[in-house]
Amino acid sequence: MSSTLTPVRSKRSALTKGQLPPFAPYVVLALALIIGAAILALIGFNAFGWGIVSAILFAAGLVGWSGVVEGSRKAKDKLATCLVVGSFLIALLPLISVIWTVLVNGIPGLISPGFLTSSMNGVTGVYDNKAVEEGAPVIGGIYHALIGTIQITLVATVISVPVGLLTAIYLVEYGNDGRLARAITFFVDVMTGIPSIVAGLFAAAFFFAVVGPGTKTGAVAAVALAVLMIPVVVRSSEEMLKIVPNELREAAYALGVRKWRTILKVVIPTAISGIASGVTLAIARVIGETAPILVTAGFATSINSNVFGGWMASLPTFIYTQILNPTSPANPDPSSQRAWGAALVLIILVMVLNLGARLIAKAFAPKTGR
Amino acid sequence: MTATSLSSSQGAGRAGDKIFSGAALAAGCLILAVLFGVALFLVVQAIPALTAPAAEIQGGKGFFAYIWPIVVGTLIAAVIALVIATPIAIGVALFISHFAPRGLASALGYVVDLLAAIPSVIYGAWGAAFLAKEISPAYNWLAENMGWLPIFQGPASATGKTILTAGIVLSVMVLPIITSLSREIFLQTPKLHEEAALALGATRWEMIKMSVLPFARPGIISAVMLGLGRALGETMAVALVLSSGALTASLITSGNQTIAAEIALNFPEASGLKVSTLIAAGLVLFLITLAVNMIARWIISRHKEFSGAN
Repeated sequence: MSSTLTPVRSKRSALTKGQLPPFAPYVVLALALIIGAAILALIGFNAFGWGIVSAILFAAGLVGWSGVVEGSRKAKDKLATCLVVGSFLIALLPLISVIWTVLVNGIPGLISPGFLTSSMNGVTGVYDNKAVEEGAPVIGGIYHALIGTIQITLVATVISVPVGLLTAIYLVEYGNDGRLARAITFFVDVMTGIPSIVAGLFAAAFFFAVVGPGTKTGAVAAVALAVLMIPVVVRSSEEMLKIVPNELREAAYALGVRKWRTILKVVIPTAISGIASGVTLAIARVIGETAPILVTAGFATSINSNVFGGWMASLPTFIYTQILNPTSPANPDPSSQRAWGAALVLIILVMVLNLGARLIAKAFAPKTGR
Repeated sequence: MTATSLSSSQGAGRAGDKIFSGAALAAGCLILAVLFGVALFLVVQAIPALTAPAAEIQGGKGFFAYIWPIVVGTLIAAVIALVIATPIAIGVALFISHFAPRGLASALGYVVDLLAAIPSVIYGAWGAAFLAKEISPAYNWLAENMGWLPIFQGPASATGKTILTAGIVLSVMVLPIITSLSREIFLQTPKLHEEAALALGATRWEMIKMSVLPFARPGIISAVMLGLGRALGETMAVALVLSSGALTASLITSGNQTIAAEIALNFPEASGLKVSTLIAAGLVLFLITLAVNMIARWIISRHKEFSGAN
């Protein structure tokens, strides 16, 4: 090996004249880190500033060196690479920061006894003041909010999955790309862009007009969430139905099977994994919605398991009210501890749903060779 | 199988066909009805606020005087979000589509999708509890050194709960939308164009500038428009982060308000004419986002017809 490599290497050195050596980025990175640390030591060290200064030094050093050795075109290419990689690293910062903040602040709330099994019924500012001043344990929990979130999301799913799936079936199997089908596709796209608070206002306005002013129940919130969920379900189911091979449909028709039975027994079973994962992603999207629930279900402090009567709490509105209107305005710390605990539970729920969607898509994927 | 059972099952089949296609058609029409209903019910409930005497609306100067500052506030927050998010999102999309190693690209795409999965209320809480505190020294610096610009006029907010902070939080929330849409478009660039550029001796950046970006320009524009739609309607990030007030030019003092946050903060306790006023505000927001989204979709659909290359 080495005997064949030697002449090649000597040739390459002639070809690679006017190029940076392959170890150049590492050298520049090491220098940038050292100089960055030195500069930061002068003005007061912190890790974030070190990273920023070193990154700028690295980009400037590499681009400058490349400009001297390789010429301006290669230097521009290096600069673009630095900017693109840098923008990706910048985009990671908030993700890491958000998850870190929620973990650090949320774990004390989550592990406090009774957090998952008790509601806020009867928890007043007196207890919170005691917790801060005398070191008593922080009481109160998210049981009522958890029940509300699960029930509201469940009702929203029950409304939106049949409507969304049937619409997708219409678009793919019956629409023939006609006028109505194109109108539905266009307005589904438009619906995707409805701000969540407008969906909430719509549900509120609808129930105010039909049932009576000031109607706020879990069902109203579920309607608001369904308005947000339907377009997501339609889009993902439509995509999945479209990739079902036409040969399967034609084979069924050739056997004399009716269209509706073909759809129910052949098309949907083939696409079910994608549809299920799309629905799961849609649930993950609406389970964290705050604004529509805020204007439609109010907020409760006690357990209410009746979707059709009375105000209902949910995890996002629980977080929102605990931060904006702490139970004890004088001592907001217990409230913010509960809010972060609830935020951690909500993030775990959303992540589990997202992961579940991927697993469903993988586990039930049809073996069509696509 | 006898002849009668055969024909009866055929009858059931025909009925099933009718019922099923009817149900599918009904579901499709229901969606149109819902969208129409959104507009209709918002208008019906908003009419009292639009026709009420000016003195009875909050602020006492009529609906227009009430809605005007918060429309401007909404636009300011959305523009800040887009100015920050667009270049970074395009960079991230380029990184995933053209710079990252092939095997890593889909995993990195998933990481960016995680950003989209985090609920907005958590972004709001993060912005209020962490970002606002960390960023307020920077606002002091801006007020001292750049104070001659009207947008950085001091004194800076001590809590950091300003429209600029809200805009930064919004930019984090619209980033994944712009990223995932532009990534799709970048990946659709005809491979032949890219290879031709590289074969002519272009560096990677020159290849991107000559073949990828021109191809993707309409797609990027519509991705940004969809991000704008999201930024305009986002509620929680602003409601939790911004300590609101009257319309001001300075971005680093407390003040300004957006439509969505105004509704979220006031609707739970509202009654009577106030409800109508807020629903009318929601109608205005609906119309603005509707216009933005329709323009974006129109650009996308026009683009689809002309990109015969793929």
